[in-house]
Amino acid sequence: MHTKTLKELAQSLRKREFSSVELTQAFLNRIKKNQHLNAYITVTEEIALQNAKDADLRLANEKADLLTGIPIAQKDIFCTLNVKTSCGSKILDNFIAPYNATVVEKLNQAGAVMLGKLNMDEFAMGSSNETSFYGAVKNPWDINMVAGGSSGGSAAAVSARLAVCATGTDTGGSIRQPAALCGITGLKPTYGRVSRYGMIAYASSLDQGGPMARSAEDAAILLQTMAGFDKKDSTSVDIPVPNYCSGLKNSLDGLKIGLPKEFFGEGLNNNVAATLETAINEYRKLGAEIIEVSMPNLKLAIPAYYIIAPAECSANLSRFDGVRYGYRCENPVDLTDLYTRSRGEGFGKEVKRRILMGTYALSTGYYDAYYLKAQKIRRLISEDFKSCLAKVDVIMGPVTPTTAFGIGEKMDDPIEMYLSDIYTIAVNLAGLPAMSIPAGFIDGMPVGLQIIGNYFAEDRLLNIAHQYQQVTDWHQHTPKGFK
Amino acid sequence: MEWETVIGLEIHAQLATQSKIFSGSPTAYGAAPNTQACAVDLGLPGVLPVLNEKAVHMAVTFGMAIEAYIAPYSVFARKNYFYPDLPKGYQISQMELPIVGIGHLDIDVDGMTKRIGITRAHLEEDAGKSVHENFHGLTGIDLNRAGTPLLEIVSEPDMRSAKEAVAYMRKLHELVRYLGICDGNMQEGSFRCDANVSVRPKGQTEFGTRAEIKNINSFKFVEKAINHEVDRQIELLENGGKIIQETRLYDSVKDETRSMRSKEEANDYRYFPDPDLLPVSIDENFKAQIKAALPELPDAKKQRFKIAYNLDDENASILSSSRQLADYFETVVKLSGCEAKLCANWITGDLSAALNKAGLEITDSPVSDNRLAGLLARIRDNTISGKIAKQVFEVLWQSNSTADDIIAEKGLIQITDTGTIETIIDKIIAENADQVEQYRSGKDKVFAFFVGQVMKEMQGKANPAEVNKMLKAKLHH
Repeated sequence: MHTKTLKELAQSLRKREFSSVELTQAFLNRIKKNQHLNAYITVTEEIALQNAKDADLRLANEKADLLTGIPIAQKDIFCTLNVKTSCGSKILDNFIAPYNATVVEKLNQAGAVMLGKLNMDEFAMGSSNETSFYGAVKNPWDINMVAGGSSGGSAAAVSARLAVCATGTDTGGSIRQPAALCGITGLKPTYGRVSRYGMIAYASSLDQGGPMARSAEDAAILLQTMAGFDKKDSTSVDIPVPNYCSGLKNSLDGLKIGLPKEFFGEGLNNNVAATLETAINEYRKLGAEIIEVSMPNLKLAIPAYYIIAPAECSANLSRFDGVRYGYRCENPVDLTDLYTRSRGEGFGKEVKRRILMGTYALSTGYYDAYYLKAQKIRRLISEDFKSCLAKVDVIMGPVTPTTAFGIGEKMDDPIEMYLSDIYTIAVNLAGLPAMSIPAGFIDGMPVGLQIIGNYFAEDRLLNIAHQYQQVTDWHQHTPKGFK
Repeated sequence: MEWETVIGLEIHAQLATQSKIFSGSPTAYGAAPNTQACAVDLGLPGVLPVLNEKAVHMAVTFGMAIEAYIAPYSVFARKNYFYPDLPKGYQISQMELPIVGIGHLDIDVDGMTKRIGITRAHLEEDAGKSVHENFHGLTGIDLNRAGTPLLEIVSEPDMRSAKEAVAYMRKLHELVRYLGICDGNMQEGSFRCDANVSVRPKGQTEFGTRAEIKNINSFKFVEKAINHEVDRQIELLENGGKIIQETRLYDSVKDETRSMRSKEEANDYRYFPDPDLLPVSIDENFKAQIKAALPELPDAKKQRFKIAYNLDDENASILSSSRQLADYFETVVKLSGCEAKLCANWITGDLSAALNKAGLEITDSPVSDNRLAGLLARIRDNTISGKIAKQVFEVLWQSNSTADDIIAEKGLIQITDTGTIETIIDKIIAENADQVEQYRSGKDKVFAFFVGQVMKEMQGKANPAEVNKMLKAKLHH
């Protein structure tokens, strides 16, 4: 059962080949057998089986959605009613959310089965899932390698077939990068397309939830339910959600693909470059025209991101103070002690590093030089994309400079870790939608191709990804031991 | 040396919205702790603020009333600091682009009108409350107030005395209540004031170093706190000391201000635009709608009262000081058909005295405008005298009867029948031959004695004008 795609499973459930309860139990068994991947922080077995029972009733009454009865999992950044929502942090290890995030609510309404909560970098700050309080997630393709981050649990779970699909969030590449490193399909929607209500904030102006699945078609089905305006999120955008599945079969004849020369320069591993070249050739065969474009300000993306994101996070994480919920230090002697020890003991190293950077950047006397300057760079980068997308329909490039690196390899060198996000971060600064799709393997490790589109062109991105997946089978590969 | 005082005020007016500025929780005062705080107010992980349009409406209404610049584009910012009653660890406020820009308010002090500049007014959320009593040595947190909408109104340093500061604060208090955007309840903290106070040698153009006095919650305390602070600063300067920029707290019990924190200890609030909220954009249409719905403002009303009703400055000021009082007055004039001046005197006199004594507002007056008009109408048509009217008023205050019922029940109808009055006058003159002699020999004062005797005999019901006229005629015989 676990080998089928979401689309196939939805059909099987309708044909009564098996029930949602049977399907759910099969996934719960797989999760139990593969705990060594550390993909899940919490497995919600009881909820899952109840959801499945409800789904079976609904399927029998034929009022079902495509997601009804499909076992999925939530990144542990989304608040789930009466279920621990840790955000990968010790400071929320005891936090049971009293409400559902809008995304969770929508998926519940659709009848999806929640298997559990997925591991992630602490507060989504990391590119390797090693900053999680619950330990690193292992890459199903090689358990000595990182799964990527911050949605590492989501990527590993989908890749190892421990969930049919999963939610993720992407602030600087946190959906696309782990999707690439684990060989799955991930989509970061346009900023404002998916509600952020109930999604624990890292950097509010960059965070965006999105689907992580095995194929573009599965991602389309998941996004269909996740997307949409939410009056509880003022930054969500009130424009209609198109049917993401209906355009998947559109021809790519005449598609203009832009390749920014800065994406293929220094820093990109030669083998990755060659793999991407092959992928782009496939698009040529599908009728696309390849055009070289330029992103002159790309190199400024990382410094700008590492001002803006920490600045926002320094405020967003102030609420974790040991006063109302979450971790509180033992026997505080006074208020300052309560604050400093609760936060000092509750947050991990990377989170503290970013809070400090952000606090510094916003301080009197530095604000103009850092925060305002970074905002200007942000506009320049948006302009770069705008002028590229005036010439081409989509931009393609790498997701990561290399395939997955070893667990522990980069933990002592944060700068090196930050630099590996060069191809994904600029997209968040501009608020554009982008995908990562499997495009090949190097030494058995997956390589992702990034496709960046115009605002609210998720349907076009999914179409472009789907067409590629019709002529290639990279997305169908399953890591050894998880077949 | 002669010193000049320079004062600027920051006033926090709690906006009278039903729900909070960024959540749907109710804003009503006095509920059990933490019963009016939802996930957003508690600052739970993942929650997001959504701006209450009513609060924006009220802020713009205020801006229009002070003829201020209304920003077509204003931005919410996060003001970062840690405090247990601040659930998110930042307050959502406005910094660089406030919703209301430069405006002004005219105050009257010692018969002179002075224009006070208003620098800005911005929207922000209130914090919760720390509760120290009955907590076994611990501190409790009540977040009912967290997220209550506030309009912070910042004046220019245009005031030169505590008296002017109080006049400005009163005028502003009157205005926000007029506009219906704040209930003005100072005890419940709906209208609070911080004062920036400095002194400088008279004639010097640059400002002295200022101290900010925090959270003064009555008109009386504003005056006392400022005066105390001015004395402290002058004494310090005259003894060769230096004023340091700091925040001071007014202690109303000891009547003194004391240092809270110096500029160096002040928080660096690290303001930056709140990424969870879109900029507020206000178009001409929105402004036009608000302008059209703007009520007549106190200054305009006062002028109209002086001209249309021929009231003196004092009565016009008092009666225009609140919309409810002004409406009460105008209703009484209309329903009673009396001269406006009579109505004004009754409202600012007997009625106000009774309300003050009972600690009531005009809106809670036991004597409605309708019932007072009924009383005054009987003065107008000579049914009763002004003196009897005072008796009737007392009964009006304590009962639900109309003036007519009370007059009939107690037999208070004024006697204007000259025959009856004449009989009594004749009787009094006959009984008081000595006094008649005194009067006729030139002691005019005795006249009052006769009036008193006649009125006493007639239980006050005689028409006083008629009594005067007839007595004079009889005594001059």
